[in-house]
Amino acid sequence: MILSILTFLPLIAGVLVALLGPDRQKLGRNLAFAASLLALALAIGLWAAFDNARGGMQFVERVPWVPSLGIEYHLGVDGLGLLMVLLSALIVPFALLASWKIENNPKLYFSLALFLESGLFGTFTAQNFIHWFLFWELSLIPAFFLIRIWGGPKRAYAASQFFIYTMVGSVAMLAAFLALYATTDASARSFDFAQLESTAHAGGLFAGHETLATAVFLGVLLGLAVKVPLLPFHTWLPAAYSEAPTGTAMLLTGAMSKMGVYGFLRILWPIFPEQMQAWRTPLLVLAAATIVLPAAAAFAQKDLKRMVAYSSVNHLGYCLLGIFAAARLTDGSALFPNEQAAALNGVILQMFNHGLTASALFYFVGLIEQRGGARGLNDFGGLRQAAPVFCGLMGIALFASLGLPGLNGFPGEFLIFKGALSLASRASLLSIPGLLLTSIFLLTILQRVFSGPLPGKWSGWPDLTLGERLTVLPVMALMLVLGLFPQLLTGLANPAVLQMLKSF
Amino acid sequence: MLAWTIYISFLSAAILMFLPGDNPRPARTLALLAALAGLACAVMGAIDCHQHAGAGALTDVANAPWIAELGIRYHLAADGISLVLVLLTGIAAVAGVLFSWNVENSAREFFALYLALIGGVYGVFLSVDLFLLFVFYEVAIIPKYFLIVIWGSTRREYGAMKLALYSFVGSAMVLVGLIAAYVVAGTKTFDLAELAKVSFPPAFQNWAFIVVFVGFAILAGLWPFHTWAPTGHVAAPTAASMLLAGVVMKLGAYGALRVAMILFPIGLHTWQNTIAVLAVVGIVYGALVALVQQDFKFVIGYSSVSHMGFVLLGLMTLTQIGLSGAVLQMFSHGIIAGLLFAVVGRMVYDRTHTRDLDVLQPMNLNRVLPFAAVTFVIGAAASMGLPGFSGFIAELQILVGAWQSFPVFGVLAAVGILVGIAFTLRVLLKAFFAEDKVEAPHLTPCPRISLPERLGAVLLLATTITIGLCPGLLLDFITPALNSPLMQPLWKAGMR
Repeated sequence: MILSILTFLPLIAGVLVALLGPDRQKLGRNLAFAASLLALALAIGLWAAFDNARGGMQFVERVPWVPSLGIEYHLGVDGLGLLMVLLSALIVPFALLASWKIENNPKLYFSLALFLESGLFGTFTAQNFIHWFLFWELSLIPAFFLIRIWGGPKRAYAASQFFIYTMVGSVAMLAAFLALYATTDASARSFDFAQLESTAHAGGLFAGHETLATAVFLGVLLGLAVKVPLLPFHTWLPAAYSEAPTGTAMLLTGAMSKMGVYGFLRILWPIFPEQMQAWRTPLLVLAAATIVLPAAAAFAQKDLKRMVAYSSVNHLGYCLLGIFAAARLTDGSALFPNEQAAALNGVILQMFNHGLTASALFYFVGLIEQRGGARGLNDFGGLRQAAPVFCGLMGIALFASLGLPGLNGFPGEFLIFKGALSLASRASLLSIPGLLLTSIFLLTILQRVFSGPLPGKWSGWPDLTLGERLTVLPVMALMLVLGLFPQLLTGLANPAVLQMLKSF
Repeated sequence: MLAWTIYISFLSAAILMFLPGDNPRPARTLALLAALAGLACAVMGAIDCHQHAGAGALTDVANAPWIAELGIRYHLAADGISLVLVLLTGIAAVAGVLFSWNVENSAREFFALYLALIGGVYGVFLSVDLFLLFVFYEVAIIPKYFLIVIWGSTRREYGAMKLALYSFVGSAMVLVGLIAAYVVAGTKTFDLAELAKVSFPPAFQNWAFIVVFVGFAILAGLWPFHTWAPTGHVAAPTAASMLLAGVVMKLGAYGALRVAMILFPIGLHTWQNTIAVLAVVGIVYGALVALVQQDFKFVIGYSSVSHMGFVLLGLMTLTQIGLSGAVLQMFSHGIIAGLLFAVVGRMVYDRTHTRDLDVLQPMNLNRVLPFAAVTFVIGAAASMGLPGFSGFIAELQILVGAWQSFPVFGVLAAVGILVGIAFTLRVLLKAFFAEDKVEAPHLTPCPRISLPERLGAVLLLATTITIGLCPGLLLDFITPALNSPLMQPLWKAGMR
C-alpha cells in the first residue's frame, strides 16, 4: 500500500489545494509544501524499510485493472526505482521553496507542481507499461502549464514546443508497444515489464520479424530519447528550460529528465537487448554528440540559464554513453561483466547526482536573476566581494557539476568512464573533449560573475538570506556527503544493476 | 425497466407540449426530472441485466405483436452493447438539459422536442425489430431539424436542411436494404435475431451490405459523407450539438454494427478494406481540417469526424479487441464531445457572443472564465486520448485491433492522433491562454458560470475519468456481448 499512498498523496493534496478559494493563496502554498514534505518523509521511510540484502522488486502491489488487455495496476521498487523516488521527493520541496515568491496565482502553481510529483512517483514505481505510461503522460500536462503560465517572455513558444516534441515521442512509443502487443502470440501477450523481459529472452517477441522488431525498438527509443534528450531530439530543451520559471526548471532537470534515462534502464535495456546491441554503434555516436556538442553550445551562450540548460544535456549524455556502452551481450573477456556493472552503476549515480547539482545550479541562477533583473554572462562581475556566501555555495555547485573529486558529480562520471573506456573506447575518447569544455564554461561562469572588479551598481548586492541558505542547505550537504560516500548510492544501485545483468 | 426510458421521454415531451403558459422554469424542471428518470431507469436496467441475465445475451424488455400481417413486432431488448449506449444517452440527456438552463425563448417547445429526440434515440438502441428500429430512427430526425432551425445560430437554415437531407438519404438507403432483406429472407420477420440466422446469397449481400452500411454510416460521419456534421454541429444550439455529436452520430455507428455487419457478413468481408480506408481518411482528414479552422465550434465539429473515424476503423478491424474499442469509443466520444460542445457553445459563446478564435484570443478567457478554462483543459486532455481518460482505453484497443488487421492503418491512425493533439492544443491555447499575445489584455466582464453548468460539467468529467480509470465497468458489458449468439455472424465473417 505504501507505494500507492506515496503516489496519490501529492495528487490528492494538489486537488485539495486547487479547490481552495482564490483568496486562500497562502494557505494553499503552505499546504502544498507540507504535502511535499510528507511525501519526502514517506520516501525516506520507504528507504529505511527497503531490504537491500534481498534485492529485487519490493513493496509490490498487483491488482488486475483491464484483464482483457493485460493491463494491471502493478507497482514495485528496486534500488533504481527507490533512488529515483527519493530524488523526486527531495527535488520537489526544494523547487517549491524556490517558487515561494511567485505572485501570479501561487495556489495553482503549487498544486500543478504536486500533480507533477505524483506523475514522477507513478513513473518510477509502475511495472506495467500502460500504468507507467499513464503517469508518464500525467507529468507532462502540469509541466506544460507551469511553463506556459509562469514562464518568461517566450513561454508560449517554449511550452508548445516542449509539449509537441514530447507528445510525438510518446505517441511513437505507445504505437510501438501496441504493435508489440498485437503481434505477440496470444498466450504471451502482456504489458508487464518483467513478463515482457522474460518473453524477450525466450525469443517470443517479434517471432523473427526483423523489420517489425526494428520499428518497435525505434518507436520506443524515440519516446525516451526526446525526454532525456538524446541529440538530435534535444532542440525543445534550451527554450523550455530557459523560459521555465526557476522552480519549474529545477523540476524539469532535477527529476523529469531522469524519467527518460530511467526508461532506458527499465524498458529498453531489458526488453530489447538484441536491438540495443545491433544499434549500439550509431547510438554511441549520438551519445558522444550529446556530450560534446551541448558542451560546446553552452560555451557559446551569453545567458546563464541557457548555459546551465545545455550543461544539463551534456551531463545526461554521460548517462546515455554508459548505457549504450554496456549494451552488449558479451565480448568474451573476463573483466567484461565488471566493466558493464561499473558503467551502469555510474549511470544511476550520475542520474541522482545530476538531479541534485543541476537543480541547485538553476536555483542559484534564479537567485541571480531575481536580484539583478538580468542573467547575462557579462552583466555581472566581482560579486564575490559583495556576496561571499552566495559565491562560495554556487562555486561548490559549479565544481560538483564539472566533476571535481570529493564532490558528488565525480563518482558517477568516473564509473561511467571506467566502464565505457574499455567497453566502447572510441566513443569514450570522442566524449572526453566534452569533459574539458564543461570545465571551461563552468569556470567561465565563476570568473565572469564572481571575479573581477565589482561594478558600482551591484555594490549593494545582497548575500544569501537565512531562508535561502536553509533552502539550499540540504542539497548542498548531500552534494558533499555523496561525494565522499558514494557507497550510500551504489549500495542501492548495485543490486539493481546485477539483477539487470543477470538476465543476460 | 429499460422500456421506461422511452416512455418517460415521450410522455414528458407530450406533457410539455400541453403545459400552459410560457414560463421556462416549470418546463426545464420537468425536462430535468424526465432526463434524470431516464438515466435512473437506464442505470437500474443495466444493473438488472448484469445481475440476472449476464450482460452478454440479448434480454427481452418488451415483446408484443404490432403489425401481425407483416410479422412486425414491438420487440425491445438489450444486450451489453445497447446497454452501454443507453447509459450514454441517459448521461448526455441530463447534461444537455443542464446546459440548456438558460433557454428562455419558447422553452416549452425546446424541451419537448429535446425529449422527443432522446426518446427516439433510446428507442433505436433498444429495438431488435428492425422495422421498429427504423421508425425510431426516423422519429429522431424531425426534432433535430426543428431544434436547429428555431434555436440555432450561424447559418441555421442551411445547417438544418443539410442535416435533414443527409439523414433522409441515409435512412432511405437503410429502408431499401431492410425491405430487400425481408423479401429475400422470406421468413416474414423483421426480427434482428431471426434475420441474423438467415444466410443471404453472397451477391445480394455484397450490394445490400454497402447500401445499409453507408446509409447508417452517413450519420456516423463516414468520410466523404461527413459534411453534414460540422455545419450541423455549428448551427445547432448547445444542447442539440451535444446530442448530435454525443448520441446521434452513435445511432449511425450502432446501426452499422448492429444491422449491416450482422446481417451481411459476406458483404462485410468484401467491403472491409474499402471502408477501413475511408475510416482512416476520415481520422486524418478530420483532424487536419480541424487544425485550420477559425471558428471554435468548427474545430470541435471536425474533431468529431476524426474521432468517429476511430469507431468505424475499430468496427472494420473485425477483431474482438477492435470492436470492443469501437463500442467504448462511441461511449467515450459521446461524453467528451458533449463536454467540449458545452464549453464552446454554452460557457463561452453565450457569454462572449463570438466563436472566432482571433476574437477570443485577446479576451484572456482563462482569467475571465477560469472554470470554463479548467473544464476545457481536462476535456481537451481526454479528447487527445491521454491515459486516465475514457478515450485512451478505447483508442488503445482500436489501435491494437488495427495493428492485427492492417498494420499500415494502425500507423496512419497514430498519425491522426498526433494531428488531433496538435489541433486540440492549438484551440486550447488560442481560446483560453493567449494573454501574452496582446499588449494589455482587457477583461471582458462576463456572468459567472452558473450552478447547472458546473453540475453538467462535473457529471461529464466524472464519467470520462471514471471510465478511464475503471474501463472494466463498461468492458464487462461489451466483451460478453461480442461473444453472444447474436454476434455469431461476425465470427463467421472471420472475426478474431
